[in-house]
Amino acid sequence: MIINQFLVLAALLFSIGIYGVLVRRNAVLVLLSIELMLTAVNINLVAFGSYIQDTLRSGQVFALFVITVAAAEVGIGLAIVVLVFRNRASANVDELDLMRW
Amino acid sequence: MTHLLLAYAGEAAHEVAQLSDGGTLARYAWLIPVVPLVAMFAIVFVGKRLPMKGWELAEAAMAFVAVYGVVLLIANASTGISYESSVEIARIGSYVIEWGWVVDGLSIMMYAVVGVVGLAVFTYAKGYMEGDVRFTWFFAAFTMFAGAMLVLVSAANMIQLIVGWELVGLASYLLIGHYWEDHENNAAATKAFLTNKIADVGLFVGVIIIGVTVGSFRFDAVLGAVADGNSALARVAFWAGLAIFIGAMGKSAQFPFHVWLPDAMAGPTPVSSLMHAATMVTAGVYLLGRMFPLFQTEGFATDVKAIIIVVGAITLFATGLIALVQDDIKKVLAYSTLSQLGYMTVAMGAGAYTAGLFHLFTHAFFKGLLFLCAGSVIHAVHSNNMSDMGGLRKSMPWTFRTFVIGSLALAGIFPLAGFWSKDEILASVQFDASGSGGAIASVVLVVAIAGAFVTAFYMARAVYLTFFGEYQGHAHPHESPRVMTYPLIGLGALSIVAGFANVPGVYEGFTRWLAARPFSMGDHHFESINYALAGIGLAVALAGVALGTRLWYRDAATQRERDRFRVPVLYPLLEHKYYIDDFYLRGVIEPIKGPIARFVDWTNTNLIDAVVNGFGGVARLAARFVYGGLDQRVIDLAINAVAGGTSEAGEALRHTTTGRVQQYAGALFAGAVLLVVGFLIFT
Repeated sequence: MIINQFLVLAALLFSIGIYGVLVRRNAVLVLLSIELMLTAVNINLVAFGSYIQDTLRSGQVFALFVITVAAAEVGIGLAIVVLVFRNRASANVDELDLMRW
Repeated sequence: MTHLLLAYAGEAAHEVAQLSDGGTLARYAWLIPVVPLVAMFAIVFVGKRLPMKGWELAEAAMAFVAVYGVVLLIANASTGISYESSVEIARIGSYVIEWGWVVDGLSIMMYAVVGVVGLAVFTYAKGYMEGDVRFTWFFAAFTMFAGAMLVLVSAANMIQLIVGWELVGLASYLLIGHYWEDHENNAAATKAFLTNKIADVGLFVGVIIIGVTVGSFRFDAVLGAVADGNSALARVAFWAGLAIFIGAMGKSAQFPFHVWLPDAMAGPTPVSSLMHAATMVTAGVYLLGRMFPLFQTEGFATDVKAIIIVVGAITLFATGLIALVQDDIKKVLAYSTLSQLGYMTVAMGAGAYTAGLFHLFTHAFFKGLLFLCAGSVIHAVHSNNMSDMGGLRKSMPWTFRTFVIGSLALAGIFPLAGFWSKDEILASVQFDASGSGGAIASVVLVVAIAGAFVTAFYMARAVYLTFFGEYQGHAHPHESPRVMTYPLIGLGALSIVAGFANVPGVYEGFTRWLAARPFSMGDHHFESINYALAGIGLAVALAGVALGTRLWYRDAATQRERDRFRVPVLYPLLEHKYYIDDFYLRGVIEPIKGPIARFVDWTNTNLIDAVVNGFGGVARLAARFVYGGLDQRVIDLAINAVAGGTSEAGEALRHTTTGRVQQYAGALFAGAVLLVVGFLIFT
């Protein structure tokens, strides 16, 4: 089995995710980008899990854990975004600099 | 341990075979010194909060010692006990410092005497000290006194003996100076302590000589070396034995160290009683008994015995005479103690181990009794002086009866305790005169018989002046409470029967009890009573009583006039105690004290002050430099620099917290990339 194509795909997805996190201003899109990064991680996990032919399928199982954690994380993140939007009528991360010096 | 003793015992091995190791009873005998010392600390810390202010703890400790001692005595009487055990505490080079306990005939006798007399005295002291300001402290020190004596008696080595020896000295200092509000009492306590301290130098020297020569401080090793005829020890034995005897002279108040004992009467009467009967003054005689083979074995310190017997004879006669002219009832008894200690020392010098310790045994009961009686009288008439007493036999019947019993026992009247022990001493001296003692012992025998006359005479005087004639004082005397009379009756009974423990030819239990030791004592035992000598002793004692009666009883109206009669020359000599105290004061203390004081004063003003002032000046200069130079300049600069640097760094770095999440995320990814790149490069 060749693993490279999966790794290349995951690296591309991860890079797109980083780009989104660093550049996008809308908080919802930042969260979406984080999901992309997690997806890249999942692809890696499954690919390696299948590559080393682990009889316990731990790669696949960990992918399930990551999906669960991602769901929980995005639930909290969206709730924060909604509350911020209600308070300030904006979901623009550039304007959320209350914690500056 | 026992097999070692067997090896040392050599010739005496047949005696060892008969001795038991005492079993559990002996193995736990370490409790005897430990219990009173623990009780002492308990009294110090919680005594004041107890219902009887700590007395109950002291009494319980003494009851324990008395019961344990008597049980051991009974066990020893059926089968001789010889047991010894030691616990190592420290090592100094090749010398081992140990804590041990000896359970043999000699120490068992002392445990029983200290316990029984101590129990009586402690009970009595409850009544005597009632209402004293420092009641609890008194019993703490008193318990320590008994405990220290037991440490001394139970010692298995000479180092422990010295520890007990010094603790006894310390406790006696505290107790003699119990009424410290009065300066005289302080002076008496100091005198007792210093006199003992001077004699202790002798003990230290002796112990060091013996310990270094033998290579061990244990008694069994030292006496074993004597039994084996160790030639190195034999060479130094004379000086070592003499030094040890000087130590014994201090505690047992032998001439010329006797001066502290009469002054020690400054303490409360129970203290005098215990000090004169069971603890302290018996320590010296005990030490001679413990080291007895050193003095008795041919080739060792046998020559010292001539010195011992002479010192004892001087003490017994000279101090007995002083007792005749004393008005203070306690001082009469104190000088009689000196005289009786002289008898014990004479016995030791005559090579009579059993006789000397037998006199110690009987003397403990009747002298303890006499002091307690004197205390009872003093308690009633509020004065120590016999010129304030008289006619007390009606108002204090029990004190009177017991005092008479004690006096007769002390005077050596048949069949009371003192008769048997004094007779045995006289017989031993006579035996010594026919043997190695020679002419000296013959003279000492005459002195000892004369001493018996003097003893009876002054005791008769004390009895008549105190209890007969007209009452001279102003208080209203009455019998003491039961807590004080019961101990008198108990000790009185013992003063009657104690002598029967050793009747030559009839019952010789005491001799066997004392012989229960791993080494043969080598003293002489009599198969039967020496009727001639016993008759002479009894006759002179009766003559003394008769003379006393003639002078002070027959004519009750004029007994006081009689007592005021002064024999020229002799009386002033006795009244001033042969001017020995004056000689010590003017001839020894002042010539030494003055120059020393002046020298110390000079060094103080000229040398020590200069040094102190010099140090002060240097310290001031140093302080000025440290403050102005170091603190204000260097240290402050460093601290300000650190503080300023921190502040500016903070000012510069605060701008990095922009509050923008994406910048933070960028930094995070950049860091991650850096780590990965570093990882790739360096692996």
